[in-house]
Amino acid sequence: MDKLLIKNGIVIDPLTKTEVKRDVYIENGIIKDLPAKKSISEKYGVKTISAEGLIVFPGLIDMHVHLREPGYEYKETIKSGMEAAISGGFTSICCMPNTNPVNDSEEVTRFLIDKAKNLALINLFPIGAISKGLKGGSLADIGKLKEAGAVALSDDGNPVEDSALMGRALLYADTFNIPVISHSEDIKLRGKGVINEGVISERLGVIGIPSIAEDIGTARDVILAGYYGVKLHVAHVSTAGSIDIIKRAKKTGAKVTCETCPHYFSLTEESMLDYNTNAKMNPPLRTETDKKAVIEAIKDGTIDVIATDHAPHSKDEKDDTLDAAPFGIIGLETSLPLTLRLFHDNKISLIRIAELMSLNPAKILNISRRGSVSNGYIGDITVVDLNKKWQFTERGIKSLSKNSPFIGEYFKGKSSFVIAGGKILKEN
Amino acid sequence: MSFQKKDLISIKDLSASDINYFVETAKEFKKISLKDIKKVPTLRGKTVVNIFYEPSTRTRSSFEIAQKRLSADSLSIAVSQSSVVKGESLKDTLLNIEAMKPDAFVIRHSESGAAHFISKITKASVINAGDGINEHPTQCLLDIMTVAEEKKDFKSLKVAIIGDIYHSRVARSDIYGFSKLGAEIYLYAPHSLLPMKAEYGGGKVFIAKNMEEAVKNADVIIMLRIQKERASYYFIPSIEEYRNFFRLTPELLSKADKKVMVLHPGPVNRDVEISGSIINENKTHIFKQVENGVAVRMACLYILIGYQKLHG
Ligand SMILES: [Zn+2]
Repeated sequence: MDKLLIKNGIVIDPLTKTEVKRDVYIENGIIKDLPAKKSISEKYGVKTISAEGLIVFPGLIDMHVHLREPGYEYKETIKSGMEAAISGGFTSICCMPNTNPVNDSEEVTRFLIDKAKNLALINLFPIGAISKGLKGGSLADIGKLKEAGAVALSDDGNPVEDSALMGRALLYADTFNIPVISHSEDIKLRGKGVINEGVISERLGVIGIPSIAEDIGTARDVILAGYYGVKLHVAHVSTAGSIDIIKRAKKTGAKVTCETCPHYFSLTEESMLDYNTNAKMNPPLRTETDKKAVIEAIKDGTIDVIATDHAPHSKDEKDDTLDAAPFGIIGLETSLPLTLRLFHDNKISLIRIAELMSLNPAKILNISRRGSVSNGYIGDITVVDLNKKWQFTERGIKSLSKNSPFIGEYFKGKSSFVIAGGKILKEN
Repeated sequence: MSFQKKDLISIKDLSASDINYFVETAKEFKKISLKDIKKVPTLRGKTVVNIFYEPSTRTRSSFEIAQKRLSADSLSIAVSQSSVVKGESLKDTLLNIEAMKPDAFVIRHSESGAAHFISKITKASVINAGDGINEHPTQCLLDIMTVAEEKKDFKSLKVAIIGDIYHSRVARSDIYGFSKLGAEIYLYAPHSLLPMKAEYGGGKVFIAKNMEEAVKNADVIIMLRIQKERASYYFIPSIEEYRNFFRLTPELLSKADKKVMVLHPGPVNRDVEISGSIINENKTHIFKQVENGVAVRMACLYILIGYQKLHG
């Protein structure tokens, strides 16, 4: 029997909204109420780790990750992505379907799940495609995807342009109670834009992406979900406009949830000033006003989840002009420390972080028995040293790709233990 | 008993006693079909025109046989032979035939409301043989007749209707018909093929959460035909997927009431909406439905043309 005791940590449980110094006991991969004192010793095969002075979170879940396997293993493999995730403090990640072949079939979903099982690292929850081949022309076999183990559906990377297809996808997915994650954008308005449209795009002389491209896409998707009375999760919200739309939709009872990414509350379009391709992503970094709105929405509950949109690209691909370089940055290893900055700045509590990065993703994706440090839950735990000072260096990056605008930055706070299913995957 | 309308356009227009009247009359006419000489002089000298703007083998032949057994003079016009292809409007086509003084029209049209439209411009009786996605009242009456032959009390019946509810005129008529008689209706479909508002004049109509809930303890299961082109318009991903998740299988059927009746308006997509074995092992009432279809259509013609005799 595998037994693990995490001693003396401050346990953050978002389910009960408690923050209490206590021990956590995991037996055979499941969190259990503490047994009688005397049976907890090495003599009885209990391994003990000390979390004195540390924070014990339910295992962090990143619901928006682009692993590049199958198809683009030079950017990231399932293994390298998981190693980056472990380094960043995650016990579960969800991978988007824009691989080659696209994950629009039970075969690819099964391949991903089997591969993850063989690696025996953290949990991998695949996200299937909404449309066949991500082409937006017909529905993927959604029932079969769900049956094979997909936890959500998304055509992420691009929006579903056809409103009829999106609407019926929402309805059809609702039959199987599988959530749909929208990349909400008016793609024609984005056009050939590369960074946020505004003073910076004008100063750099590059084509801008108007913030309303996101707002309009979000409005459409939220209206569809509201009209049909079905669930929708909006990915990577970055504008004050779409936050406003989602906030109002939630008030009217629409079953809408959304996520933002750490870069949207950490950086602005100013980061683009030297044509920095490692800060090029879609949606793009926005203005100070948008950034403030994102932080406000994280505080007031409009934003439900922090996800990374981890999008690895090789050095060669990013080593190009702003126009030519692909969209996307890696994020698994900087997500938690960037989020902890909001805590250190007294903007959000640790319980709120546990909601945003663990409980809410589990709830939205119907992932059972995860997202809480409670009896009967799966033994996924992230232990965090809030005060550990460290520098994020290119050499330290576990991801195969190094496309991050945060290289060189100093952080306060890092995961010290990562435990998945009671198994310690990272120690200090 | 009598029926105080010139036309049969919609089950919505009928009361429970109207429905019973049609069914009781049909039972009488069924006896004729069981005789050696299957013909009575009831509608001798009456003219019935069947206009089919949509291809249909079953419904059309059922109506034609009904007319022959009642000794009516009948004429069938199919869309490809008619002047419609030359650009004549529905109204003009109708007025032209109207001038020849028929007693009744039987109309099948791909547009909802077509039978209603025609009923306003002709003095003849109009029987709706299916209009767009709206209604198919004679199908509903023959379904009710078929069920009534085995089930006495409709008020305690659980009727499951499964499949492309949204596009089904059969479903729409059956929902109204069975619920007017007091049955509980459970609908199940991919949510993309469900009506936005499932309100049917106060009937006890529920949306089932899954196939199992729909068929559990059901007394009657009505399976609907899924059309392949629904996949092209995103209502479903593919026929393969439909077959996997929305087909009535022997296993599901075993969860229904022991004396369950399985109905299907035909034509059947074997192993798509219903397992072929269920049909092969004679566990459906499909042929009973077809048989009763003739009787129901005889009853409809008799009742409506009879009304004309009194009021026309
Ligand atoms: Zn996206």
